[in-house]
Amino acid sequence: MRKFLDRYWYAYAMVLPVVVVIAVLVLYPLAQGVFFTFTDINEANIANPVLDRAATYVGVGLRNYLNVLSGDSSYGSFWSTLVRTLIWTFSCVFFHYTIGLGLALLLNREVRGRAVYRVLLILPWAVPAFISAFTWKYMFNAQYGIINQGLRAIGFDDPPVWLGQNDWALVAVIVVNVWLGVPFMMVALLGGLQAIPGDLYEAAEVDGATPWQRFRHITLPGLQSVSSTVVLLGIIWTFNMFAIIYLITGPNPNTRILVTYAFERFFSGASRDYAIASTYGVLILSVLLVFASVYRRALRKQGEVW
Amino acid sequence: MTLDASSLKVVQADRKPQKRKARSLGASIGLHGALAIASLIAVFPVFWVLVTSFKPDARAVETTPKLFNESSVDNYIDVLSGDKGSFLSWFGNSVLIALMTTVIAVFLSATTGYAASRFRFPGKRPLMLSFLVVQMFPFAVLIVPLYNILLTLGLQGQQFGLVLVYCTTAVPFCTYMLKGYFDTIPNDIDEAGRMDGLSPFGVFWRLILPLARPGLAVTAFYAFLTAWGEVAFASAFLSAADESKTLAVGLQVFVQQNRTEWGHLAAASILVAIPAIVVFYLVQRFLVTGLASGAVKG
Repeated sequence: MRKFLDRYWYAYAMVLPVVVVIAVLVLYPLAQGVFFTFTDINEANIANPVLDRAATYVGVGLRNYLNVLSGDSSYGSFWSTLVRTLIWTFSCVFFHYTIGLGLALLLNREVRGRAVYRVLLILPWAVPAFISAFTWKYMFNAQYGIINQGLRAIGFDDPPVWLGQNDWALVAVIVVNVWLGVPFMMVALLGGLQAIPGDLYEAAEVDGATPWQRFRHITLPGLQSVSSTVVLLGIIWTFNMFAIIYLITGPNPNTRILVTYAFERFFSGASRDYAIASTYGVLILSVLLVFASVYRRALRKQGEVW
Repeated sequence: MTLDASSLKVVQADRKPQKRKARSLGASIGLHGALAIASLIAVFPVFWVLVTSFKPDARAVETTPKLFNESSVDNYIDVLSGDKGSFLSWFGNSVLIALMTTVIAVFLSATTGYAASRFRFPGKRPLMLSFLVVQMFPFAVLIVPLYNILLTLGLQGQQFGLVLVYCTTAVPFCTYMLKGYFDTIPNDIDEAGRMDGLSPFGVFWRLILPLARPGLAVTAFYAFLTAWGEVAFASAFLSAADESKTLAVGLQVFVQQNRTEWGHLAAASILVAIPAIVVFYLVQRFLVTGLASGAVKG
C-alpha cells in the first residue's frame, strides 16, 4: 500500500479534485435521479427544508416507465418524440459535418484573406446560444422577419409560418442549430487536415491521382480519428440540446424532443412532475449509452483504437 | 542545464497550408465565392441584430424592414440605465460566474489532463471513459437531485453553486482536449525539468503549462462560453430575486407573451455578445491548433 501511494501520489493528487466534484455533483445526483424514477415524487410531496416539510412521496415500482413507454400522449408520446429526436439529431450532425468539412477544405488552401474568412466563419460559435436563439426567432417571424421578407422579395408570395404549430418549426430550429454548430466542426476538421502530412498529397499527385482520389484515399482516412470523435460528441450534444429549441419555439409539440419534454415536465404544469422528468432523463441516458457502445464497436471493427 | 520554456518550439502556431500551383481564374472565383457566401451567412444574423438594436421597438417590427429607421442609441441607454430590468446586475453576475467557471475549469482540467497524459495509474481508463459518459447525462435527470445537494451544501441560490455545476459540464470535455494537447508536448521536457530538480508539480506548472498555452486558450474559451450562455440550470438554481439573475435568465423579460421588445432585446443582445466576441477574438488564432491536437489524440 505504501509503495502504491509512493508511486501514484502525484497522479492521484492531480486527479482527485475532479473526481470529488464529479462524484458529488454528477454520480450521486444520478443515483438519486434513478431512484426518483421509481417514485411518484413531485413538487407537492418532495421534502422542503424551507417550509420544514418532510418528504411524502412513495415508491411506485415500474409504473413511470410503463406509462412513458406506452407512448401515451399525456406522457409525451415517447416513441414519436424519440423518432423526432433522432431526425433532429441526425440531420443536424449530418449538415454540421458536411458543411464543416467543406469549409475546412476550402480554408485549408492557400487563399488570400484566409485569416479574415476564418474569423468570420467562427463567429456563430462566439455568440452565446440564447442570443442566437432570440436573433433567429426575430428573423423567422412570419410577418416582419427578414427571412420571409426576403422570400417575398424574390417571388414567394406565400412564405411559410416558420415557428407555428407545424413541421416548418422543426426545419427552422434545425437551420438555427446547423448555423450554430458548423464552426466547431469546421475548426476541429481544419486542425485535422493540417495534421495530414503534405508529402502524401505530393506523392499521390506524382502518381497521377485525381483530386477526388486524393480526397477519398488520403484526406478521409487522415481525418478519421478526428471525425469519429467530433461526430460522436456532436451526436451526444445535439441529442441533449435544449436551449435552442426551448427558447425559439417554446413548448411546441412539433419541435418537441426528449430533453425539452423532460424540461417541460420539470418546470411547467401545475405539479412539477419530477418523477416523469427523471424517467425521461434515464431513458435518454440509456439511448445514448447504447448508441455509444454500438458506435465504439463499429469503430473497433475498422481498427480504430478508442 | 537550465531550461527556457519559451525557446522550445513545440507548437507550430499556424502551419502553412498545402502548397498549390496557381489556380485558374474560375477556380479562384469559385473558392472566394463559396467562402464569401458562407461568411455572409455566418455574419448576417449578428449584423441584423446590430442594425435592429438602434431602432425603436415599433420600427423593429415593420413589414418592410429598412437598414436605418429612426435609429438612435436610445435602446442602449434604456437597457444600461436599468429601465428594463437590472441589466447591469445580470451582467455582473454573468461575468463573475463565467470567469470563476473558466479559472476553476481550466485549472482542474489541466491537472487532470496532465496526469492522464503523463502518468500511468490504476483507474485511468475508467476515469477517461466516465468523462465521456458524463457528457451524455441529460440535465433533466440531475436537476432535482442537484437542487437538493446544493441546498444541503448551502449553495442553493448562490453563484458558486452554479459555478460548480458548470464545471461538471466543462471539465470532462476540457480534460479530453488538454490531455490530447499535452500528448503533443515531448516527454523530454519533463525529464529535463526533473533533472533540474523540479517536482512533478513544478514541471507541470513551470514548463508544461506555458507550452500548452494554445490548448489552454481553447479550453478557457469553451469553459467561458459554457457558463456565459447556459439557460436551464441558471433558471432553476438562482434565486428569484431580479438582482441575482444571469443574463440568460434576465433577458427573457424582453420576450413577453404578447409583445416582444425587439429593439431593446437586440441592444441587450449586442451588449451580451461583446464580451464573448472579445474572448473569442483573443483566442481565435489558437483555436485550430488547440482543438486539433485535442481531437486527434483525444
